[in-house]
Amino acid sequence: MAKGKVEINIETCKSCLFCVETCPKKVLNYTEAVNKKGYQYVIPVNPDDCIGCAMCATICPEAAITVYRA
Amino acid sequence: MELVYKKPEIISDTQPNNFCPGCMHSSTWKIISEVVEEMGLADKTVWVAGVGCVANAHRYIQLDRFGIGHGRGCAGASAFKRCNPETFVFTYQGDGDLAAIGLAETMSAANRGDNFTVIFVNNGTYGMTGGQMAPTTLIGQKTTTTPYGRTAEEHGYPMHMCEILNVLEAPSYIARVTTADVPNAKKAKQAVRDAFQHQLDGKGFSFVEFISNCPTNWGMTPLESLDHIHNTVLKEFPLGVFRNR
Repeated sequence: MAKGKVEINIETCKSCLFCVETCPKKVLNYTEAVNKKGYQYVIPVNPDDCIGCAMCATICPEAAITVYRA
Repeated sequence: MELVYKKPEIISDTQPNNFCPGCMHSSTWKIISEVVEEMGLADKTVWVAGVGCVANAHRYIQLDRFGIGHGRGCAGASAFKRCNPETFVFTYQGDGDLAAIGLAETMSAANRGDNFTVIFVNNGTYGMTGGQMAPTTLIGQKTTTTPYGRTAEEHGYPMHMCEILNVLEAPSYIARVTTADVPNAKKAKQAVRDAFQHQLDGKGFSFVEFISNCPTNWGMTPLESLDHIHNTVLKEFPLGVFRNR
């Protein structure tokens, strides 16, 4: 059971990958699909590992990430 | 599940954020929005828009603002704050704006100790106009106007605004921060909160310098620009709180 949950607003993501680099549990990664602006948006690829630390949300320049913790 | 983090309401849902991918202007605005919202200042805030990439924030930041001529942010903010002392005023300026053409206005406002906050974004280049050399460009850094790198003999040395303002008597809060990693982003948020509190307490001029990046004009990916900040820029511009009185 995951301790945390991240929701990413894929349309505001610009694929800077700060969150991918910052996440201590490597929960996030970018996809092959693109959003309306043409960026390869980031999604939680390992959502079960999320601990809800919100480091991704703290570093995200676009404020695209919402974090919940159990 | 309990909510840990969500987007501040001040950042618009509908208007686009036009900053480049990985630009730390967006990070800076996110921190300002969070602090303004947490301190309940949204209804009494007027921010003064400098010139340059700041223009990208005009619509997606839902706060009252006025624009002003190139470099005159501190002059406009001084006038506005003196006429409307109950309003919460901050300026948001880049290095070409505040440290080059607006140096006289910045120094004068700081020397008078006018009661407002300056958010200074230092990315070492003129971002919007195409990456020309700024007063804060590092020695050896290549820009469109210094294609062989900045040299001290020809162009002088990078300008350290925090240290320059720190010799004046009037400013009450001076800090240099960055949002290049999570611990520093949290310190940056605390610095903005402290600076805003100084203004609310009527202590006078408060100044927060953000060491920022410009992946587009530095010719780097966003992640490479973070490494460049840690390995090179922070050696020239050390972080810290220079004054808190």
